[in-house]
Amino acid sequence: MGKDTLEIAINGLKLVLIFLMMVQAVPILVWLERRGSAFIQNRFGPNRVGPLGLLQLLADAVKFLTKEDFYPRTAVKTLFYLAPVFALIPATLAFCAIPMSTPIQVAAFDAFGSSWGPYVFKIQGFDISVGIVYILGMSSLAAYTILMAGWGSGSKYSLLGALRASAQTISYELALGLSIVGVILLYGTFDLTSMIQAQEGALHFQMMGQTVTSQFLPNWGFFYQPLGAVLFFAATFAESNRLPFDLAEGEAELVAGFHTEYGGFKMLMFFIGEYGHMMVASGLFAAFYLGGYALPIPSWNPAAVLHWSTELLGSKESGSVLAAIIHFLSFNIKFGLLLWIFIWVRWTLPRFRYDQLMDLGWKTMLPWSLANAMITAVGVYLASVAMV
Amino acid sequence: MPLGGIIFLALFILAFGVFLIFLARKIGGRKPGPAVKFEAYECGITGVAKKDTKISVKFYLTAILFILFDIEIIFMYPWAVTYRDFIASGQGAFVLSAMFIFLAVFIFGLFWEIKSRALEWD
Repeated sequence: MGKDTLEIAINGLKLVLIFLMMVQAVPILVWLERRGSAFIQNRFGPNRVGPLGLLQLLADAVKFLTKEDFYPRTAVKTLFYLAPVFALIPATLAFCAIPMSTPIQVAAFDAFGSSWGPYVFKIQGFDISVGIVYILGMSSLAAYTILMAGWGSGSKYSLLGALRASAQTISYELALGLSIVGVILLYGTFDLTSMIQAQEGALHFQMMGQTVTSQFLPNWGFFYQPLGAVLFFAATFAESNRLPFDLAEGEAELVAGFHTEYGGFKMLMFFIGEYGHMMVASGLFAAFYLGGYALPIPSWNPAAVLHWSTELLGSKESGSVLAAIIHFLSFNIKFGLLLWIFIWVRWTLPRFRYDQLMDLGWKTMLPWSLANAMITAVGVYLASVAMV
Repeated sequence: MPLGGIIFLALFILAFGVFLIFLARKIGGRKPGPAVKFEAYECGITGVAKKDTKISVKFYLTAILFILFDIEIIFMYPWAVTYRDFIASGQGAFVLSAMFIFLAVFIFGLFWEIKSRALEWD
């Protein structure tokens, strides 16, 4: 067994683990959504199955499995059955490129009868240098699954819902792509890990030839790109078809949009895809604007945490494991709060009308994100000229 | 090179999904019923669904405009990522003004589109 084989096996296991973690996060999020909506609307929500209704989703999964398998007579069967399977792929592949923690450094370990050299275990599916471009490309493939479902169902509601959903997705992709231009200008890289590293330390501004440093605020992208952050977050709501932008499944007009004809497990897979897109959006937002996995206190940057945990545990390897766990928890807290905002907004804001949605995307968010990119370009230029 | 990982994960998810659908189909089964049960849903009475449903031309227009604008945005990405290098080598003002000329065309196109009512939904 060569070194390559071991590395391939470890990476394969890691990818599968990330995918299964995403899948198992969905029941928790659905539970959070139902309990959260009940909390917001002064109801109880599911509270019968298990403690706090936590086992409700397990019961739902059993029910989904035993549902009769149905496809309409007019359906294109291949597309109809493949659409929910393909719905899982774009979000998972995009999520795997988001760094979730600092790497674990292994100096040497013994396995399979021989010793293996230094190994860096990244808490990230794939480390791609063009991270953002890859994630945008992957997550926009979701439009195809929606069209497959809409056309494959052979139902008018599905087709209309799919058309609406894809038109909405592509319209907001413009604002999304342009708001990311501001981020790229700010950090000068496509790589998410470098972006997170650029946000370490305390917040500082150049003003009139002198540097103003904040004592307690971290150097997060949010303070440099407030408008870009808001535009990005709003556009991701439309990308993942969440309220207030869930025109694709406006039940008053379209029954359930592109998944009208789906039920049981196939429906559940569309759900996993939708929540997967929320997870990608939250992970990206954390990496772009909230310092990624880094702790929110300027002096506790990842290097300082690694130093502290190495001194605490006495060995470099266990120190890096502890640091990775701390940063993973930090990432997950940011990630969870952002996902909660998705749920919170869904149960707070009413749905738009379709023309309002398109107007907002093309006539408001596109010009504003363009302005944001231009202002950032001028700002970066002026800051660099002032420094020289 | 993560390409192998990407292909591996995509195939794994495909197998996982196909397995789940197959399992659900085996357990759930498919019971016979009157012909109307297998029609696509359309509000309750017998459906008239046909594939040649007429679709608003706005959707095609949106798709075409999306492609135009998306390509223009994609042109901004390499510019944005090399911008700091250009500033460091003293060509910042040139690159910035070049992009502003490009964006002027972009903005002109956007306003022309709005003015020609291509983005009106009724």
